[in-house]
Formats: sequence, C-alpha cells, structure tokens
Amino acid sequence: MKKRNTLLVISIGYIVILGVAAVAAPSIAPYNPVFQNLDERFSPSSKAHFLGTDNFGRDILSRVIYGSRSALLVGIVAVSIAVLIGSVVGLLAGMAGRFIDNFLMLLMDSLLSFPTILLAITVVSFLGYGLLQVMLAIGVIFSPVFARLVRAETLAIKTESYVEASRALGTPMIKTVYKHIIPNLLGKVIVQCSITFALTVVIEASLSYLGLGTQPPDPSWGLMLKDARNYLVLAPWMAIYPGTVLALTVLSFNVLGDALSEKLNPKL
Amino acid sequence: MDRFIEIKNLVKLYFGHGFFDRNRLAVRAVDNVSLGIHRNTVFGLVGESGCGKSTLARAILYLDPPTSGEVWFDGTLLGGLSVNEIRTFRKRMQIVFQDPNSALNPKMRIEESLAEGLINRGVTAKARTARIEKLLDLVGIAPALRGRYPHEFSGGQKQRIVVARALTMEPDFLALDEPVSNLDVSIQAQIINLLLDLKQELSLTYLFISHDLNLVAYVSDQIGVMYNGKLVELASADEMMANPCHPYTMKLFSSVPGKQAIDGPTANGNIGAVREKLPSRPSDCCLYADQCSIADRGCRHAQPDLHEIRKEHYVACFKI
Repeated sequence: MKKRNTLLVISIGYIVILGVAAVAAPSIAPYNPVFQNLDERFSPSSKAHFLGTDNFGRDILSRVIYGSRSALLVGIVAVSIAVLIGSVVGLLAGMAGRFIDNFLMLLMDSLLSFPTILLAITVVSFLGYGLLQVMLAIGVIFSPVFARLVRAETLAIKTESYVEASRALGTPMIKTVYKHIIPNLLGKVIVQCSITFALTVVIEASLSYLGLGTQPPDPSWGLMLKDARNYLVLAPWMAIYPGTVLALTVLSFNVLGDALSEKLNPKL
Repeated sequence: MDRFIEIKNLVKLYFGHGFFDRNRLAVRAVDNVSLGIHRNTVFGLVGESGCGKSTLARAILYLDPPTSGEVWFDGTLLGGLSVNEIRTFRKRMQIVFQDPNSALNPKMRIEESLAEGLINRGVTAKARTARIEKLLDLVGIAPALRGRYPHEFSGGQKQRIVVARALTMEPDFLALDEPVSNLDVSIQAQIINLLLDLKQELSLTYLFISHDLNLVAYVSDQIGVMYNGKLVELASADEMMANPCHPYTMKLFSSVPGKQAIDGPTANGNIGAVREKLPSRPSDCCLYADQCSIADRGCRHAQPDLHEIRKEHYVACFKI
C-alpha cells in the first residue's frame, strides 16, 4: 500500500510538471525549439544543451518541453470528443429500446473492429494532415470505448431499485438519467478518461512518427523519434529522451487511472 | 365490503428476444391472477422465489404493465389511463423494495432522495424540508441526519428511509416487496412494527410480499399463495393458518422450521428443490402435479381453477 502511494505521488507529480511545462513552455525552454544551429549538430549532453542536440543542432530539451504541448492538447481534446460522443451514444443505447441499442452498438463495434492506427491513418488521410485533424480522428476512434462503458453501466444502474423507485415517484425519464444514472457512472468514465488519455498520447506520437500528425518543424515527441531513427548509433540521445518522456507519460496516466479506479469505485 | 384494489385475470408474459425468438413465449410470470384487497387491510402474498410475486406487484403499479387483465384502483381502471396519467396517479401507490442497499441512490444525500417525489409534486423548498423532517421523525430516523449519505446508515435504517420516501407521496397503497428479507431478525421485527403502526396512523393498504409464511400470517388479514405464476390458494389469514388445503400450501407450512410436516416427508425435503420445473411448460396440466403427493392422471390433463371450498376460502386443486 505504501509503495503504491509513492508511485501514485510520483505519477501525479510528473503529470503536474508536464502540465506546467506545456503551459509555460516559452518561459521555461532554454532555446527556441525550431532554431537550427548547424555548428552544434549531434552534440551530447553539455552545459549549453542539457539533453544534447539533434541532427539540425536544435536543443532537445526545448523540443521535448514544447512537444508536451501537442501531446497534452491532443490528449485533452481527443478524450473530450470521445467522452462526448461515447456518452451520448452509450446513454441512448442503454435507455432506448432494443432496436436503437442494436443499431448504435453495431456502429460502435464496426469502429472498434479496425486496428486503431489503421483507422487513424484512414481518418487523417480523409481530413488532411495536422494537429486538429489528428485530435478529431483520435476522438472518434476512442468514442466506442466510452459508448460501450456508458451503455454497460447504464444497463446495470437501470436495474437498481432506486431507478425504479424514481419512476414510481413520478420522475420523468430525462431527469432520472441525469439525477440517478449519470452521477453513478461518472466514476468509471473518469477512470477510463485517464487510461484513454495515455493511449491518445501514444497514438498522437505514432501518427506524428508516420508524418501524419504534427508537421515539421513544429516539435512533437513522435516527430523527434522519427528524426532519431536514422541516427540511433551516432546520437542515441535523440531517441532516448523523447522516448523516455513519452513512456513515463503513458505510465503516469495509467497509474493515475488505477488509483482513481480504486478511489472512485471502492467496491472493486 | 368495498374492494379498494381489484385485480381481474391479470397475466404477465415475457417473450424471447431477438429476431427469431420474438414471438416465442419465454416465461408465464403471472398467470391469470384475480384478487381483491380491502381498504386499510394487509394482503399477504406468499410463494417461493421466482414464482411471480414481485412481477405481480410491479404489474399492479403499472411499473411493468401487465400483458392482459385489469387492475382497478379505488374505482379507476389503470389500463385505461395514459402514460402521463399513470405517472400522476402512481403517487397514490408506492413500492418498497427488498434490498434497501440498492433502493437509495448512493450519490444522493437522503434528504435529496426524499425530496425527489416532493419536487415532482411541486412542493416548495420550505415545505419540503418541513415534510422531510416530519417523515424521518415518523419512521424513527433523527431528522438531523438528513444530510448524510446512504452508506452511513445500517440496513434497517435504510429501509426506514425507503419507507419514508414512499410516504412522501402520501400514498393510500404500499406494495411491500419482501421489505424485511434482507434484514437481521431483530431488525425485521422493528420494521414490521413500524409498518403496522404507519398503516394504522395513515390508514394505508398494504400488499405484503414475502416467502416467510409465519411473518405473512402475523401481518396479514388475507393471504394468497402463489405457485409458478398462479394463485393456488386464497383465504383469510386465520382460515389459512387453521386449514391450509392446497398441497403446495401444506408443503410451505411443513418447510417452516419447527412445524410438523403435514403431507409427510418429501423426497426433496426443502422448497428450493420445488423450483426444478420450467415456468413455461404446457398449460394443459396442473403446474404442481409433478411435485404433488396426491396428484393423479386427471391432474395432468387440465389446469385447476380457483373454486370456493368454504366461505371466502378458495383453492385451485382438483383433489380438494
């Protein structure tokens, strides 16, 4: 228990630092993230460049800091879109009759049946490249996860006596949904948000790595890994630092998700 | 005597799901039940789990409308009302559920739970608070605790709160669906006494559902015994206790610990084993025939209907 708590504190601390870095990037970052200093290409860690420089002589620390902006922005917007679409679909499917339920779930299942990255590539190639498109694509892709969750919870909560009692008390159905059903499934949705957030960060990095997300020279962790690919032996730090930051971000949000799950759904 | 609630030939069927099963009858949950409940009395409904007692209660309140049959409530035919009219009408009939732990929204303070019905009736905030405090006091919960959440109360306290919530609607009729089965024996007595006091004080009418025959005999004026969705015996409580006639009623009696077995030792020994029968079996056979100790061939070729064997004592059995 003690160990878990330590891990959780570290994770939350890391997420807070990441958030601060993203918001205050211009005042924290020692260099302009796109400034190229060709004299200092491939320099390892030094006083001037704490995490070294890349193939264009750009400061890696500054790029990692600025990269957190697109990672977190994509995470927040994409998860919000997914929660919004997923909750509406899930509540509708859970509350309405069998026919609507089957139809909506068929729709969601067909979205789920595609490999995530493949679907992301498809959506992005339809909408065009860029951060906004990536956010939309990831939001749509993850909405079935929330739709399934919300529907399952709705169906479970619907059988609780207090929902039936509320009907006996003459409460209209819409009011029952937001007074009884939504408050009782919120906990599970928040947990899922945290876990999905971690996944969106990975997907954003992957899409950028494939050249579909953030466009150069803007900094993004995925792009940095892409640049590093050709210089793994010559300048391994180019991959190690953004890779580590990316991995820690995913890990932190997963730890946070687990902790929230225990806190918000104590029955588990 | 005026019959406050009159149920005529009530049937509730559940059908299969999916394209191919849509018209396949899955369960005959309540099968042609007729009964009447007098004003300010308690009608006790006994039967094993799954025999349709709760379904009957929910059908009477139109929470789960019956497939066919009539429910008359104080002279009003419920089937003739629109959905909205039912919703308004339902404030006169409330239900108390078996499990107090799931009957209260865990995310709501109990005053919010109690306020729900009052808000629906358009009671002002000030009057609501006064009413909630009075009701909590009436059911024996300190009104000062009204800001607490359900998990801060014990099972018995929660059931008191659930009763208070039902009373916020000022109902005439309460369906008590196994209101004490989930409570400790010592608490059961308290809740039963509370319910009986409330009945006198507020002149309520109860449908009291339970599988505990002794309990039903204690609280009820009239008793109905249900088996597999059918009412098999109906009599006043005294008559039922003195002269149980249907073989199933006798078996229920013999399964009460401390009571002498009436129809001799059974092969199964407990009522749980009675449930092996599928409820959807063909309807041209007495549903109890397979378990019955006195059934003969005739019992397997027709279904018995309730007939009067003594004054106000009805039994559905060919052999009685």
